[in-house]
Order: sequence, then C-alpha cells, then structure tokens
Amino acid sequence: MTTTATGARTATTGTTPGPRGLDAERVSWSVGGRLILDGVDATAPAGAVSGLLGPNGSGKSTLLRVLAGVQPPSDAGARVAFDDADLLGLGRRKRARVLALVEQEASTDLPLTVLDAVLLGRIPHRSLLAGDSDADRAVAHRALATVGMTAFAEREVTTLSGGERQRVHMARALAQEPALILLDEPTNHLDVAAQLDALRTLRALAEDGVTVLAALHDLNLAAQTCDHVVLLSEGRVVAAGDVRDVLVPDVLDPVYGVRTEVLTHPRTGRPVLSFELPG
Amino acid sequence: MTTRTAAPAGPVAGPAATVRPAARRGGVWWLPAAVVALVATVLVAVTIGPADLSVGDVAASVAGHLGLGGVLGLEPLGTLQDGMVWQLRLPRVLTAAAVGAGLAVCGVVMQSLTRNPLADPYLLGLSSGASLGAVLVLVAGLTVLLPVAAFVGAVAALVAALTLAGAIGTITPTRTVLAGLAVSQLAAAATSFVIFWSATGDSYREILSWLMGSVAGATWTSVAVTGIAVLVLGTLLASSGSVLDAFTFGDTAAAALGVPVARVRWLLLVGVALLTGALVSQSGSIGFVGLILPHAVRMLTGARHRLLLPLSALCGASFLVWADTLARTVFAPREVPVGIVTAAIGAPVFALLLWKGRRIA
Repeated sequence: MTTTATGARTATTGTTPGPRGLDAERVSWSVGGRLILDGVDATAPAGAVSGLLGPNGSGKSTLLRVLAGVQPPSDAGARVAFDDADLLGLGRRKRARVLALVEQEASTDLPLTVLDAVLLGRIPHRSLLAGDSDADRAVAHRALATVGMTAFAEREVTTLSGGERQRVHMARALAQEPALILLDEPTNHLDVAAQLDALRTLRALAEDGVTVLAALHDLNLAAQTCDHVVLLSEGRVVAAGDVRDVLVPDVLDPVYGVRTEVLTHPRTGRPVLSFELPG
Repeated sequence: MTTRTAAPAGPVAGPAATVRPAARRGGVWWLPAAVVALVATVLVAVTIGPADLSVGDVAASVAGHLGLGGVLGLEPLGTLQDGMVWQLRLPRVLTAAAVGAGLAVCGVVMQSLTRNPLADPYLLGLSSGASLGAVLVLVAGLTVLLPVAAFVGAVAALVAALTLAGAIGTITPTRTVLAGLAVSQLAAAATSFVIFWSATGDSYREILSWLMGSVAGATWTSVAVTGIAVLVLGTLLASSGSVLDAFTFGDTAAAALGVPVARVRWLLLVGVALLTGALVSQSGSIGFVGLILPHAVRMLTGARHRLLLPLSALCGASFLVWADTLARTVFAPREVPVGIVTAAIGAPVFALLLWKGRRIA
C-alpha cells in the first residue's frame, strides 16, 4: 500500500533527508468577504496521526478542502508542501496520486457495489478512457482487506451501515495509494466500536508510513489516537504540537468555553479529558 | 479491524443484492446483444405496417440503394415497395433510433452530473426553449425554418440557464436544476402565450404534434442531422465514463480524484445541449426516454458509466423505434405522436422502478 509513498519520498532529494510530512503556511480562505481561514500554519509529521481540532465553524473542513486542492486558497502567499513537493503547484491528477480526501458525508443513491466504489480511487492512476485493469482490481481488493471489508466487495453501498460505509470511503482513499490522507470527521455518526475501529486503521496506516491528518470533534478520541494536534478557533491556529501540550485546560477552556480537567489513563498514560460548563 | 465484521460477513442483504452483481459479471455480453437487438429491431420495424414487406425485402432495398444488390444476389424490389422502405419507413425508423440513443445518453450524463435521479436531457429548459422557437415559426407559417428555430431555441435556453446558474455563484448541481426550472417555466409560459394569442385551427394540430414529439415527418435529412449528432457528440459524451464515475460521490469527491469539476461540468452540459438541440429540432421533445432508460439500464449494469453509457444508447435506440412503431400502428390509419406512447409506457415503468426500491430516489 505504501510503495508509492516510500517511492515518492526516496525520490525527493532535499537538504533534510527523510520524509517531512505536510507543512502548510499562511493558508487563508474567504467567502463573500468573510474570512473563514486567516493565515493558518499547520503541520502533520510524516508517518503519524495528526488531529485537526476546534469547535464548530472554526474552519477544520475548509482547511482540509484547501489542503486537498478542492478549493484554491484566497491568498497568493499560501504554501502547502508535502515532503518537499509543492502540493498547490501540482497538477490535479498528480495531486490525487499523492493525497486522498475522505469527506464527512459523501453518499450516493446509485446502485454501486463496494468494489466499484473503491475502484473509483484508481481514476487518477489511469487514462480517462481506460477501464479497470487487473492491477487496479488488485489494489482495490488490498484496500478492502486493509479496512476489513473484503467480504462486502459485492454488496451495494446503499445497503451498508454508517460504519461500513465509512470504511468503504477509507478504502476508496487507500486505492488512490496516497502518501498523505486527509479525513473530515472520520468518526462522525459511528458507534463507539466503529469509532475505535476507524482510528485503529488510521494508526496502522501511519505505522506504514502514510501521513494522516484527521479533523476530529471528540477531544478524548484525539487524546487517545493522535500524536500531534492542531487546534483551530475562528479560522486561526490557537495551538499546535504534542497532544499532551495542547490538550490542557489553559488552551482548551477559552476556545471551547468549558472547564476542562485532565486525568491520566492508568494503563496507556494518555490524557483523558472531562468537561463541565463554567459557573 | 476485521474482528467485528467477521461474523456477519457475506452478502446478507437479501436476494436483490446478491443477484445484481452476478448479473453484472455477464456484462461483456450486454453490448453485443444490444447491437444485435437494435439491428433486428430496425429491420423488423420497417416491415411492420400496411403493405406486406418481409425482412428480406428490406434487406434487398437497402442493399440495392447501397449498390450491393448485385453483389449479394438479392432480387430488386418493386418501385412502390422500394419507395415505401427507402423513402418513408427507413428514414423514420433510423431517425427514431438516433433520437432514442441520443436522449438516453444525454439522460445518463444529466443524471450523473446533477446527481439527481429525476434529471433528463430537457433539464436545462432545452425542450421548452426549442418549443418556443418551433411554435413561433409554426404560427408564422414558416414551417421550413422549424428545425433551425428549435435548435436556436434550445441553445438560447442553455445559455440563459447557465448564465442564471453562474450568476448565483459556482455552478452546483442544485443551481443547475433550479436555473433550468426557471428558464423552462418562462419559455413554457411564452409558448402558451404565443399559441393562445395567434394559433389558428390549422396550426394547432401541427403545434400539438410537435410539442408531444414525433418522427412521422422524418426524411433522410433528419437521419443525417440526428445520426451525425449522435455519432459525434454522443460518442464524445459516451467516452466520458471515467469522469462521470468520479462524480458518484459528489463534486468534492470528483475534485479530490483529480477531475477539473467546473470545466468538465461546462463541457458536458454544452455537449448535452447541442446534442439534445439537434435531436429536438428533428423530432420535437419526446419525453421519458432520457429519464427512464438510464434507470432501467442501470439496474442491469450498475452505476459505473463505462458500460452504462453505450448500453443506454443502444437500448434507447431500440426502445424509441418500437415506441414509434406502436405510435403509427396501434390506431392505424391514424397516428399518435410518439411522445404519447413513450409517456404511456414510461410513466408506469417509472412508478414501478420507484416502487421496487429506493434504488433511484
């Protein structure tokens, strides 16, 4: 799965050896004169799961869309680098071979099988006139295996549960063989087991060398899963860094308007957060 | 990851979900089968009607006109019968086939681009614009100009709809639908006004027949216009399968797969408009073919476009030939506009598709 990832990396001969992950600087985006992103600097280290956190409307989804090249940044000074490659300057199809985006609510009413949905991820890798090759099908089956959906290959997407559908979307992203994967609320509307399941897949991907950046609502899930987090508020980065440095009362309380208590999980040693309304 | 899913693994969604993918695996045979069916349809449809013609007669006439009669050793046909085949029925059947193929392809493209199962080739107000152009020249007694006026009307409607959709902002699927609706309603109102204000008894039937859609007056010119339009534009649209596939999960997903969404949408909408305009200029606005056929074919092939587009074209062609054959024979010697037949077949089929499952809505 990561052959392209490592291949892309060894090909880059920058001054710093080894992969550097995602590095975005001065990303702004506005609509109708309203500034949604205001000069965001964000990083996602290579081979780690990074969390993009922030209250509703803080600009998480917009940032992911700009990073994915779906929307161009509104400021010419923006720079989005991935392992020394300039993502914004890359052609669309080339970019789609480097990064994949898993949206929050991508649905279809069409009678599409799981395998066909995953094969869509091969589109950037082949001529627009070509059909699925055996290699494409092999990649799609491997992606399905990675998310544990092999048995569902011939099922129709519309018959799946929310958690199963989320895994199909992940498999579709994996079929793009990306070195960078951006996810918007991958745990939204999932039951707790499905949430943990999705995050475990992300961790496995990161261990394989893929750079993962996921927008997350649930701070405890982020605390449990992420190595590195970026906290957005009103289109600006409030804090970024190691999860233990960012998920602390002094940082979280003003952003979310709550009172936070941080405990330490007795077994994993990771932070566990408890919230209450002030006053 | 697999631990939770291992238990309920396998297709458990009932017979419907298990049968369809299996049917799809036989997909390679659908296209040749549909080609054979279309050729047989054309040959047989030409024989149907007054005057006792056989498929052999049709073959003889066609071979004769192509200069192959001697080569194939076929007896030449009598002048009267030959005229009936070559001058009347064959142009009509071939026009119906081309119109059916074009409408079905346009229907697939529109439904996929707007992600709206109710979309059809006329969505952008094309048929209403064409109708307005056609009715204006019919009322003015300039029947010769009808195809040109209809085509101009369709293109004008497209320009109006896209300008309106673009003026609101980015051309999203919803805006496309809404702008098309606005243009459609406006053109329909203008058409009604023109008919109400100035149509005479004579032009009423002509106008009504055109509005319902008909290939009764088809000539070899109609075959050339619709045939060339389908071969050129239809082939271009039908080769956009991979791009349309990318739209399955919406505009953002398509963009993330490397598709230049805005440019592709413009190109395909213009292609649909030109093709539909060319078809409508010859046949009037025949309804339901572009709406129903894509859904019916999708039930066979699934949602991927590579097979769906060409198969829809072939099935649409056969379907419209049979619908037109019914239109000219059921109440013989009177004819009904083929649009009435497609609606009479299409509406119940559509209801059935809706009822059979949430597959399309």
